[in-house]
Amino acid sequence: MSTTLYDKIWNDHLVDQQDDGTALLFVDRHLVHEVTSPQAFEGLRNTNRKVRRPNLTLAVADHNVPTTDRTKGIADEESKIQVDTLEANCKEFGIQLFGMNDKRQGIVHIIGPEQGFTQPGTVIVCGDSHTATHGAFGSLAFGIGTSEVEHVLATQTLVQKKAKNFRINVNGQLPLGVTSKDVILQIIGKIGTAGGTGSVIEYSGDLIRSLSVEQRMTICNMTIEGGARAGLIEPDEKIFNYLKGKPMSPKGDNWEKALDYWNTLKTDTDANFDQEINLKANEILPMITWGTSPQDVITIDGKVPNPQSENDEDKKNSIERSLKYMGLRPDMAAKDIKIDKVFIGSCTNGRIEDLREAAKILKNKKISSHVNAMVVPGSGLVKEQAEQEGLDKIFVESGFEWREPGCSMCLAMNADKLKPEERCASTSNRNFEGRQGRGGRTHLVSPGMAAAAAISGSLDDVRKYQN
Amino acid sequence: MKKFNSLKGIPAYLPIVNIDTDMIIPKQFLKTIKRTGLGKNLFFEMRYDNQGKEIGDFVLNQNPYNNSKILITGKNFGCGSSREHAPWALLDFGITCVISSSYADIFFSNCFKNGILPIILEEEKIKELSEYANRKEEISVDLNEEKIVYGNNEIKFQVDPFKKKCLLEGLDDIALSLKKSDKIENFESSLKNKKPWIFND
Repeated sequence: MSTTLYDKIWNDHLVDQQDDGTALLFVDRHLVHEVTSPQAFEGLRNTNRKVRRPNLTLAVADHNVPTTDRTKGIADEESKIQVDTLEANCKEFGIQLFGMNDKRQGIVHIIGPEQGFTQPGTVIVCGDSHTATHGAFGSLAFGIGTSEVEHVLATQTLVQKKAKNFRINVNGQLPLGVTSKDVILQIIGKIGTAGGTGSVIEYSGDLIRSLSVEQRMTICNMTIEGGARAGLIEPDEKIFNYLKGKPMSPKGDNWEKALDYWNTLKTDTDANFDQEINLKANEILPMITWGTSPQDVITIDGKVPNPQSENDEDKKNSIERSLKYMGLRPDMAAKDIKIDKVFIGSCTNGRIEDLREAAKILKNKKISSHVNAMVVPGSGLVKEQAEQEGLDKIFVESGFEWREPGCSMCLAMNADKLKPEERCASTSNRNFEGRQGRGGRTHLVSPGMAAAAAISGSLDDVRKYQN
Repeated sequence: MKKFNSLKGIPAYLPIVNIDTDMIIPKQFLKTIKRTGLGKNLFFEMRYDNQGKEIGDFVLNQNPYNNSKILITGKNFGCGSSREHAPWALLDFGITCVISSSYADIFFSNCFKNGILPIILEEEKIKELSEYANRKEEISVDLNEEKIVYGNNEIKFQVDPFKKKCLLEGLDDIALSLKKSDKIENFESSLKNKKPWIFND
């Protein structure tokens, strides 16, 4: 029978299947961070259980770490306890940890690929919804809760039910200045934040194949914002070249064996999908979000919606609530939205190509005098690479702050946060109420669009700054 | 895990769609290393003003809803972050049953791991039940029978049979999976032959 890539990975990881369809799935790779793991380790201790496969587990502190000078440690007492607890747990259970001062430290979804820990055809889980990122490598990667983290630690498996197959085909070429961030925002706008619920999304089409590995990660990363737990892309030469020689990638004979297997990871041409949609890349424009859900997207040429023109009562209420929270008027132009802050970083857009894209726009330009802007590289290695290329200087000369790696203002668990009513152009993934700080207002954009907004002081069209 | 069998009480109705887990429990409360104590911060930003005072309009600040065990809410409840702190906060507040027309996947499975029953009903039925919340009348939920009884009416709902069993018996699913250790071991040895690079040793 013809199968999809998701079907193949699923079938290849079945340890057991009950009559009711409940399956026990083997987990090849488990990423752990400080926020969603303490209660899981505590659970193991309380029941005298061990970690079954410590060497299939990799840990890093990313959510709570300061992005300023780290020699002083962590000022916030609770954050410090959480990071220290992760360190103690990793030591006790024999798990490799990249500590706060290790240059390999960074956002969990950036370091996995960077180290070659992320590999095609594997099942990868983490107590973090943006685990979907790793699907860019043709792996089945999804976020889990803390009880499930404990389950994986104890058994190296997870209790799961098979999801539906959903394919999104994007064909054609993107206009200049339009990026994979705009593609995924467009997709979420189209399917809605619950559009992918119960499904695994495979991204396909010649546009997807033409994207770099990092651009693919941005798309898979925000799959969760469309409600699907996992998004994946067929692995190809770009993926294999990216992984070759990475510290945790297969070596020698194993590399050849792995490559043979990875080359089989393809959806059969006549495989059946429960749902399928098509998008034309040449029709996608630079996007922004105006509201408090990632599905609230408009193009930079567009206008904020008017609740009066909405017939559905739920939608109308939801628009009204969002406009009130965001401090926006119905029908106002996207470009008239004045901003106070710019955040470039996160597991969505904190990789080297993202920083290059923003730096290209900012070169020899100054950011608007009323804007406060920062770049938070996704990992110590991204930071190092950017510094070697002189990107840090471009950012600093334009008026940006150049920070240490971590999740930072994507979710504002550390000291980096918006004040009430402050408005931010952000390359992160969620514009929920309070996400970047209580009362803070977030507009999701691509790195180039964030740079354009920093220069203009209002949301602006990155195409204006393309050479 | 605490068992879930049946429940009777006045439900609270929160008619907002797409309530995300950041709204259920904001990030500043994720710094805990415990599962308990989060109830007072449930729906923090909707529940308290900037001075930390309770906002009277918010449903869970009103009597009798401040004691509700059942929460009726808009569709796509629990979207966003995977934080299990969201069901922990609901549980700590006393809510052990949520009724909505849809849920985000991770939140949905997190509920079952914590003895919370998330019920899926059609929008129409939700509207009907919300009237009981507004009139401060009790409804009862029976998991074994998979039904909600309100006034002289009843609605049937469906739950995955395995999840139902775990809730009814309060089963620890790690213990259940560990009973399959032989199967896991067999899988691992075959994996070592088929894909030796996975173990990296």
